[in-house]
Amino acid sequence: DFSPYESNGGSIVAIAGDDFAVIAADTRLSSGYNIHSRTQSKLFKLSPQTVLGSAGCWADTLSLTGSIKVRMQSYEHTHLRTMTTEAVAQMLSIAMYNRRFFPYYVSNILAGIDNEGKGVVYSYDPIGHCEKATYRAGGTAGTLLQPVLDNQIGHKNMNLEDADKIKLTKERAVSVASDTFISAAERDIYTGDSVLINIITKDGIEVRTLTLRQD
Amino acid sequence: MSILAYNGGCVVAMRGKDCVAIATDHRFGIQAQTISTDFKKVFHIGPRMFLGLTGLQTDILTVRDRLMFRKNLYETRENREMCPKPFSAMMSSFLYEHRFGPYFIEPVVAGLDPKTMEPFICNMDLIGCPNAPDDFVVAGTCAEQLYGMCETLWKPDLEPDQLFEVIAQSIVNAFDRDAMSGWGATVYIIEKDKITERTLKTRMD
Repeated sequence: DFSPYESNGGSIVAIAGDDFAVIAADTRLSSGYNIHSRTQSKLFKLSPQTVLGSAGCWADTLSLTGSIKVRMQSYEHTHLRTMTTEAVAQMLSIAMYNRRFFPYYVSNILAGIDNEGKGVVYSYDPIGHCEKATYRAGGTAGTLLQPVLDNQIGHKNMNLEDADKIKLTKERAVSVASDTFISAAERDIYTGDSVLINIITKDGIEVRTLTLRQD
Repeated sequence: MSILAYNGGCVVAMRGKDCVAIATDHRFGIQAQTISTDFKKVFHIGPRMFLGLTGLQTDILTVRDRLMFRKNLYETRENREMCPKPFSAMMSSFLYEHRFGPYFIEPVVAGLDPKTMEPFICNMDLIGCPNAPDDFVVAGTCAEQLYGMCETLWKPDLEPDQLFEVIAQSIVNAFDRDAMSGWGATVYIIEKDKITERTLKTRMD
């Protein structure tokens, strides 16, 4: 029987800092027990200060990111300026809710720098509910990774004084994000191969890669 | 909805250096409604052996009673203490006897071998397929969250106090992301000369 949806797997982690945002996604694209690609980036650079991570049904990811890019270009021509991260966040929510009864089957996380130069992360459900956060995990290993971020980035259940909390530097964010992916690759068959990490600052986007287990 | 997720709850066990730890949450619910917050799913069944059972509450109690009956029978007949390994084998065959009408439970065994003091952990599915790894085992409605936590926090040869910290942080942060588990937790650290029971204060929502 034909089904319009398919899960192609993949996981995303995003962490916002004071003046940066880190967003990471694995590069495996699969379907059931088959691996289509080991090198497919799930991160989409929408502007010099905004990156979208999108996992779920790959066809829907391509369709959604395609139309978002078109609308961002149209905005740029109309208003003669690049869309801010907040504006992209709101537009993405509306674009997804427009398909309320035949949704894009995707788990989206948007990371970037806001108007004031601060790092921000927005996460979405498949029908476009948008939540601003400081850290977020999504995709097939989202359930595995989110409690690790709660603990290591949110300092949940640690009873620490403010002075004892580890400061969230760029390096700390990258190393926690990397560790979560190494863990996820152990247990989630849809997460693996390698991780692409985008570090977004006002000066631009730095890209790093990390190799994961390939099985 | 799965019968295994009707009452909620979770258990995790970990191996350390010459010690093992096992932890449980305290929630007993009926789907989303919490009935009680003092239902421990881990039972002290031998001098250095603990049994954790998650899943359908009525089956947790029945399986515990039936396993205790078989264990007592073994110990009376053999006139010696039952070790964790044969206990797990017994539980596996007991569960498989009900292959086509199973008890809706996921068991976890943690203990030290009475002779060698070798740490032992084991879990099973509801029809008794055993798994005894050298790191950790998880069970319950927040198994995925527990896998994520344990996989990042655990490392080999943890001392008892380090193992306590790792298992406590693992279970608490895991069940805080699960609506069906939580409402307090208890951790047991089993060493050759002592057993430490610690009750954790957690968020109650």
